[in-house]
Amino acid sequence: MKRVGVQPRDAIGAAVFLLAVVAVLFLPRFISDFRAQQLAYVGIYFIALIGLNILTGFTGQISLGHGAFMAIGGYTTAILISDQGLELGSHVFSGDMRDLWTIPLAGLVAGIAGFLFGFPALRLTGLYLALATFAVAVATPAVIRKFEHFTGGGAGINLFESPRLTGVSKTDPITFESTEGVDVLRFHISTFNEWLYYLSWVIALVLFAVAWFVLRGRIGRAFRAIRDSELAAASAGVNLARYKTLAFGISAFYAGVAGSLLAIATTFVNPDTFPITLSIFLLVGVVVGGLGSLWPLVLGAVFIQFLPLWAQSLNDYLPSGFGPLDVPNFRAPGAPAVVYGVVLILVMLALPGGAAGLMRRLRALPALARRR
Amino acid sequence: MTEFFQQVVSGLALGAIYAALALALVLIHRATGVINFAQGEMAMFTTYIAWTLTTNHGWDKWLAFAATLVLAFIGGVAIQRTVIRPIERASILTIVIVTIGLVLIFNGAAGWIWTAEVRFFPSLFPNDTISVGGVAISVIDLGTIAVVLVLVALLWAFFQFTTIGLALRASALNPDASRLVGVRVGWMLAIGWGLAAMLGAVAGILTAPTTTLDPTMMQAILIYAFAAAVLGGIDSPFGAVAGGLLLGVGLNLVGNYIDFVGADLRLPVALLIILVVLLVRPAGLFGKAIARRV
Repeated sequence: MKRVGVQPRDAIGAAVFLLAVVAVLFLPRFISDFRAQQLAYVGIYFIALIGLNILTGFTGQISLGHGAFMAIGGYTTAILISDQGLELGSHVFSGDMRDLWTIPLAGLVAGIAGFLFGFPALRLTGLYLALATFAVAVATPAVIRKFEHFTGGGAGINLFESPRLTGVSKTDPITFESTEGVDVLRFHISTFNEWLYYLSWVIALVLFAVAWFVLRGRIGRAFRAIRDSELAAASAGVNLARYKTLAFGISAFYAGVAGSLLAIATTFVNPDTFPITLSIFLLVGVVVGGLGSLWPLVLGAVFIQFLPLWAQSLNDYLPSGFGPLDVPNFRAPGAPAVVYGVVLILVMLALPGGAAGLMRRLRALPALARRR
Repeated sequence: MTEFFQQVVSGLALGAIYAALALALVLIHRATGVINFAQGEMAMFTTYIAWTLTTNHGWDKWLAFAATLVLAFIGGVAIQRTVIRPIERASILTIVIVTIGLVLIFNGAAGWIWTAEVRFFPSLFPNDTISVGGVAISVIDLGTIAVVLVLVALLWAFFQFTTIGLALRASALNPDASRLVGVRVGWMLAIGWGLAAMLGAVAGILTAPTTTLDPTMMQAILIYAFAAAVLGGIDSPFGAVAGGLLLGVGLNLVGNYIDFVGADLRLPVALLIILVVLLVRPAGLFGKAIARRV
């Protein structure tokens, strides 16, 4: 097989990536603390979406239960930090290294779980895999509640001693004394949310680069071959069992890291932190970003983080009492879910490639125009 | 022994509900090879309609029940025509994602229209017990079993003895040949969705009094219905009913007599059943194994 050498496209890609890194690093200087928190969540979702897309978009294995792997990661971090007395509470700004080590550990635990789940999944094709993973996601909260001594049951686990860190003020959450934040590599980080932003985005960028390298090489080729035709892949010498379980493992690793970050971000986990809707939203994000795409998943992540807010602000533009029964009150609790669902179906009907597919089409437009 | 008997009867009542929803899943899967992940949420939504008719508009319980079934049928047909039909020939992934979209829409819409507040839903039957050989049996349980059995019998007769039933079976078995002899296969599939939505509505209306009416009501029931359908063989209507009843009784006994499982682990047990059946005997107990060339 011919090796793919470094091409001009790759150089452009690398330059764009570096620009993105710089933008991500300097962005917090221009935005509010609250916005930093929202963007931190975008980074977390981005990681989870890359993981899910490796499995579903690139390898063609449907997972409706990725929230379960996030739960494994989140609980690993929560249990390690709270039970082992690892300090994070007042030390949160210093980004205590021992606590940060729980993040890769959470990824590993989830990754191993995913790898193991990959074995029974080998025998499940298409629809049945969707069904099994969906059932896993629905059953996860029940399992968490049952093993109470380990997971804190329905009450959940507080990661840090202090009740929720808001990070709005520059006060230490425990002593309520003014803190000046910390400097990491000459970057001044003054609030918890900013710290969270840097944490999630640095990890997201590293994992994005890793995914890009993995997917452009031999492994990625094997994944895509399996997605396009298992039969053809097998006859070309791709070991189906090895690559499918590998896809599950990598994918669950990403989900585990995202779950771990989500636990740190919310400073608290309980069974409702990882509901079935989380798994479904991840699927929405992947579809909106584009199945089998990588960086457009950022748009998917932005979509799942900000859509509820956008939906609520729709009311500002609509006349009051609009429509029959005054129903379109977009501030009502169920409204965002309906909008998610409608977008999901519209994307599948009209634009199966998601944002990535839309951009491909737009890029093809000039060429089409020239031909005419 | 008395308690055991009571547990079996209440298990059968639960199982009848699972059977109704499982049958809905099987109907659609047989006709189109699709699993409708929104079946549970559609059932929940129609149950809210029945609730509105009885509680807000003061309709008679049975009249509201009948009206809801009609509305469910129309809704099911409409969904198939508008959303499912355009993607009939798309990949499994596309179809699964679209039904997940329906899950979001129905779940969100129920919360939007009726709020997530927990509602009380009156049973179709009096909250009473009758004594059979010294064993007190709940009338609600017996009524639930009876409604589902009558419905299954009616459905069977419809498929077996009517022209539309024949056309439905034909288009599920061989769509191309059916089209050649003049069966309007597209509409048959839509009718299949309508019937499935109706079965779901029955499952919802029978479930709501035993739990409470809220937008998450059918999520667990859907997993049990999956388990029942898989257990009985996802292409076998008889298997769905048998699987549902078996699962209802089995889970009830396991939950009551094995302390470790209790009430909490029933759902994971159902998940385990799904996985084990799919891995060991994918055709289920009553399904026909399909050989696949690799």
